Amino acid sequence: MSGYPPELQASIRMVEATRPRRLKETFPAMSLEERQAVLKGFHPDYKDETFQAIRVGVSKGQRMPLELARVVEGRPHIGPDFDLSAPAAETDVLVIGGGGAGASAALLAQENGARVILVTKLRFGDANTMMAQGGIQAADRPEDSPSIHYLDVIGGGHFTNVPELVEALVMDAPPVIRWLEDLGMMFDKLPDGTMVEQHGGGTSRKRMHSARDYTGAEIMRTLRDEVRNREEHIRVIEFSPAIELVLDDRGQVAGAVVMNLETGARAYIKARAVVLATGGGGRLHYQGFPTTNHYGATADGVVLAYRVGAPLGYLESMQYHPTGAAYPEQILGQLVTEKVRGLGAQPVNKMGEQFVYPLEPRDVEAAAFIRECLERGNGVITETGQPAIWLDSPMIDIIHGPGTTQKALPAMVRQFGRFGIDIAKEPMLVYPTLHYQNGGVRLRADGSTQIPGLFIAGEVSAGVHGHNRLMGNSLLEILVFGRRSGRAAALFAREARPGRPTLAHLEAWNRELQEAGIETDVVSPILLPDYVRHE
Amino acid sequence: MVAESQPEVTETELVPVYIMGKQYLVPRGLTIMKAMEYAGYKLIRGVGCRGGFCGACATAYRILGDPKLYFGLACQTVVQPGMYLAQLPFFPARRATYDLTQLEPTATTLFSLYPEVLRCLGCGTCTKACPQEIDVRAYMAAGMRGDISRLADLSFDCIMCGLCAARCPAEEAQYNIAILARRLYGRYLAPRSRHLEERLAELRDGKYDPEIAELKGMNKDQLTARYKARDIEPED
Repeated sequence: MSGYPPELQASIRMVEATRPRRLKETFPAMSLEERQAVLKGFHPDYKDETFQAIRVGVSKGQRMPLELARVVEGRPHIGPDFDLSAPAAETDVLVIGGGGAGASAALLAQENGARVILVTKLRFGDANTMMAQGGIQAADRPEDSPSIHYLDVIGGGHFTNVPELVEALVMDAPPVIRWLEDLGMMFDKLPDGTMVEQHGGGTSRKRMHSARDYTGAEIMRTLRDEVRNREEHIRVIEFSPAIELVLDDRGQVAGAVVMNLETGARAYIKARAVVLATGGGGRLHYQGFPTTNHYGATADGVVLAYRVGAPLGYLESMQYHPTGAAYPEQILGQLVTEKVRGLGAQPVNKMGEQFVYPLEPRDVEAAAFIRECLERGNGVITETGQPAIWLDSPMIDIIHGPGTTQKALPAMVRQFGRFGIDIAKEPMLVYPTLHYQNGGVRLRADGSTQIPGLFIAGEVSAGVHGHNRLMGNSLLEILVFGRRSGRAAALFAREARPGRPTLAHLEAWNRELQEAGIETDVVSPILLPDYVRHE
Repeated sequence: MVAESQPEVTETELVPVYIMGKQYLVPRGLTIMKAMEYAGYKLIRGVGCRGGFCGACATAYRILGDPKLYFGLACQTVVQPGMYLAQLPFFPARRATYDLTQLEPTATTLFSLYPEVLRCLGCGTCTKACPQEIDVRAYMAAGMRGDISRLADLSFDCIMCGLCAARCPAEEAQYNIAILARRLYGRYLAPRSRHLEERLAELRDGKYDPEIAELKGMNKDQLTARYKARDIEPED
């Protein structure tokens, strides 16, 4: 029995009809000129009308998606007169964000002598970290080295990465793996202890460490469990996103105003240093794209840091993964791993014809899918109006032998199987999905920013990956810079001489909005996307 | 095309579902989560990754006229007509506090931190409730035998949604017991990696510092040339 409705089954029959012929032919790869043409024509980053230069703040002129600019240029939740005289709590280090970066920052801050409060928008561990399946890079095999990892990272990032950040990433990577082992994380290993390591897109050595296909979840639940063991020193407050950073009259960060998401109550948490680890912004759905991201990924950190004057960077490039699930609707935008194409499945249009080389670089492949659907009208349209491309997964068992799909792609088999689709027998529908925010707040190698007392880690930050991140370097990044920022924040807190807390920067912000002629009804950070039906 | 926006009502057939007893008409085919948003709920509790990985959206339901009790993740389960839904976004569970570095990976450790392991009745209610289809009863049985490795292995796909604990007549918090076992296994019982050990020693000796310093000093043309000259390790 097919998991697809009859109108899609008709298209599947065309895919099946062309399959014997396609098994013997591969669509040719593009020349560099053809790549540039399809990128400029169809990659979301090149769609100029969907970007704007930010009109206020220290990074005035920075190009970013309209949806992001809308929240960055938003109005604060509170006024400059918000009462800071009676903080609800006081701490050395306030960590904002309960994903992998925030959890590791909290652990290292505590180990360096700080009292820590961690606030998070939803539950502790509700973060993109939890959803990362593929793996974490670290150059720890004899055939590999941190220098080779460095080249892979900086070449993948189109040579725009900040060298000191790449150095930190690759040099800290093996110690991070050891740290995770010591915390009791279960890596995939051979019986003699050798790590099982694979290639990822753009790697020249196999250095992708994994924990089945739950790598991020295993990291997150392990870190979370360790934080909970230290409850005496690390207080976790859930459902309490930060809505504004507080400065003091010396210009250094003095904590944050947080909001109880359930009651709406606001409270000032006074701190001698802050680590901002709020993740990315996939839930802003740039250009209407679905996303692989967590419900809470609304770019809050970019908004908060920018209002206190931290410079932004690299926000003109977002990562779209070419193969997000396009059907069934229930899993729209969720990741279909690149390995499906690696095993021989071809992307084909609604007539069952190839239109692109299956393994172009991610941005090129994504742009080619969009061109096939939107310009040429050859995409499949699902019952919800979603354009899509067939990914002819049944080819895998034909090429490599029966049972390969089940063995090599168990998570994919399970996910589609829940909706009655056997990907070994029927193709999958895919379309590019918004995956990762390459840019954000400018980061320095010790985890600091240009604002004294403000430290950052993870997807909220900018510079590590340049304009394009490689698979397996985001789980690494959150731990490398989570640890660095937590440690640096604790040391800063120890020496800090706090002044008088103030929200005067909001006065300046509001004035600047006014002078720029920006009239907005957007109150930001927006905290959650709005998926409720409005009649 | 706007991602995750609500569908056009006119094109879809509406079916009745009951959210905590109150009837709403929602389009067929939505997940429970999207159906609640369609009904007008702005979710704060009972929502997380929306992709089946985080365990935030545990849901219990019955179907009108069917005596059976069902469980699922709201983000992965499609609505059915006559579905009576209750979210279980939080369920209280005991959790032991410990210093992993001071523990031994033994049955004694497990039983002293979680004496209730031995109260397990082996009834399998937990297994029936698990949305990941983990055999919770089997891993609890391994726990009663003090087999940390087996407990760690069998429980690996756990997303800690709490449905097992909510259903357990012996009042266990299975998922907390399981993560203790996995961490004991990961730290003490899994074989250590020799190549990692060697690389850490090289890093401590500063072996790669000169190479990295050289790369950091290169301009884009030099880096590009070096990048293009990389040899790619073959797939096996």
